[in-house]
Amino acid sequence: MRTLIFRTAAPYLSSLMLLFSVFVLLRGHNEPGGGFIGGLIAASAFAILGIAYGAPAVRRAMYFHPMAISGFGLFLSALSGLLSYAFRVPFLTGLWTSVHVLGVEVDLSTVMFFDIGVYLVVVGSITSIALALEEREDG
Amino acid sequence: MAGESAKAVDVAGAMITGPVPAVDWLIVAPVLIPLVFGALLLMFRHEMRWHGIVALIGLAALVGADAALLSRVLEHGPLSMTMGSWLPPFGISFTADALGATFALTAGIVAFVCAIFALRDIDVSGRRYGFYPFLMLMMTGVSGAFLTGDIFNLYVWFEVFVISSFGLLVLGSERAQIDGATKYAILNLVGTTLFLIATAYLYGTFGTLNMADIARKAQTISEAAPLMTLATLYLLAFGMKAAAFPVNFWLPASYHTPRIVAAALFGGLLTKIGIYALLRTLVMLFPVERAILADLIGWVAVATMILGVLGALAQSDTRRVFGFLVISGVGVMMAGLALGTETGLSGTIFYAAHSMLIMTALYLLAGVMKEMGGSFSLHELSGLYRASPLLTGIALLLALAIAGLPPASGLWPKVLLVKAAVDANAWWLAGAILLTGFLTTIAMGRIFLFAFWRDAPAKGVAKVFDPATAARPVVGQGVLVVLTVPIVLLGVFPEPVIRVANMAAAGLLHSSAYINAVFPAGGG
Repeated sequence: MRTLIFRTAAPYLSSLMLLFSVFVLLRGHNEPGGGFIGGLIAASAFAILGIAYGAPAVRRAMYFHPMAISGFGLFLSALSGLLSYAFRVPFLTGLWTSVHVLGVEVDLSTVMFFDIGVYLVVVGSITSIALALEEREDG
Repeated sequence: MAGESAKAVDVAGAMITGPVPAVDWLIVAPVLIPLVFGALLLMFRHEMRWHGIVALIGLAALVGADAALLSRVLEHGPLSMTMGSWLPPFGISFTADALGATFALTAGIVAFVCAIFALRDIDVSGRRYGFYPFLMLMMTGVSGAFLTGDIFNLYVWFEVFVISSFGLLVLGSERAQIDGATKYAILNLVGTTLFLIATAYLYGTFGTLNMADIARKAQTISEAAPLMTLATLYLLAFGMKAAAFPVNFWLPASYHTPRIVAAALFGGLLTKIGIYALLRTLVMLFPVERAILADLIGWVAVATMILGVLGALAQSDTRRVFGFLVISGVGVMMAGLALGTETGLSGTIFYAAHSMLIMTALYLLAGVMKEMGGSFSLHELSGLYRASPLLTGIALLLALAIAGLPPASGLWPKVLLVKAAVDANAWWLAGAILLTGFLTTIAMGRIFLFAFWRDAPAKGVAKVFDPATAARPVVGQGVLVVLTVPIVLLGVFPEPVIRVANMAAAGLLHSSAYINAVFPAGGG
């Protein structure tokens, strides 16, 4: 879309939305949010960028192919379930640990990695669909 | 966060606290393996040279896991694992009994063989469209559907394999494919929506989605519960999935359009999942209601098998002939469901395993015939006997198998079904099964006469094929030989399979072992 205002605002808007999507993803464990909705917000960010600059620009900005991101998310989710094999608990059992990074205690869990996987699956697949539709319109 | 507070609370009432034996992981392996390999293939979608070999490794691992699971289930009875350490019915259970494990193993073998065939049949453009990732994800859904012990989770796996099958169906985006896929998609979505509505209704009635829990509660639930409505809704929803008359029109409209490997996978696997779900819901969960519906199911079975094979007789495209034979086979399987006796159900289960192998083999045969003879049409095919006696021999064995004649695998399940029908005094059902076998022989005889025995096509039809210079696809014929071996073995040594089928049928009729696997010592 060749609107100056939109083209100027789009990158800022997209960056803010991506940041917000990560926030929503991380707070999803105990409060409203999570991987799915976070992924949708991130995909909308890419869609806005796509409307402003066209699909090729978004593909360059993402670097990886959206479907590859989706595949990686699926892989990550499966692995986070698989980790419970080592601990002799059923598949997909939540495992917790905390590490000290620079004096700050960070809780890590397989639940979080599963959710990040969901986030990536949603980002990848929805962005892929949005870009395909966008390109069809141009061509 | 939750880690600290969880330690303070006593979770023994809601969660599994003891360690889980490693062997229990066999039950999630058939789902996890194709899922992980599918994800890897998606990630490296553009490394197309490696797709085939990676998929073959994954499917070989899947077959191994399925075989280990089946042998474990046959030895020690049903196996169950509940996800996330929650106790059933709160967590989602995976429960494998002889029925699910047998079907999962057969499906794995079929997928492996199809992947070998696809090495040559699927070209670079098919790989770029993602044939192998779709194949792996479809197998995730198929294995999940056979092994889950939770009815809502069954719905999820249905969606997984249906969506992947859309991808396989439109591979190549030709006009006819889009047309077939639209019909397939819409009717399948109607089917899954009905399934979902029935499941919501079931949850409202029972307050649980765990199948073992439902089977346990169905015996004691009050008279006023709408079990009859539920059973009928499931019959309609899964009947649609299985392509039973009169909700089978989506199958002939779509199965001849995709790549031949995709058609072979669909014809082999997808309708059988509908049959599996019918067995699971109607026989295990609602046995009383199934007995009331028995006459209806019986007539649906007769109509499906007779109209299916009549459709096959009327077609001239080999793929369409086989599509109608898939439907006819669904009718035969539903006959056992209508009878509901142990012999009848064991016939249905054996027939389903046989049908997975034979329908895949027939579609692949159509693909090889097309490659050699240049056409799918019976008007144009001719002289294949002279071009390849080997292919002719395979085709003859496959024709005997689908018609239910010795020495191939179709004979014994039909013997079981006819015996069960005669035992139940349902002469009309036995007669319909025998008549279907006879008509199938004619339908396959037509293909054999036209494509193999005839020297040249009828006058006025351009000759597309010369036996002397015809292509002789080595991979295609090799794969067909590999598929024909178990088909003949099942016909010659049926005892082990009949034993497994009997076990599976008994497990459906007397679900206490299944329930005990999920709720040890009646707890939960």
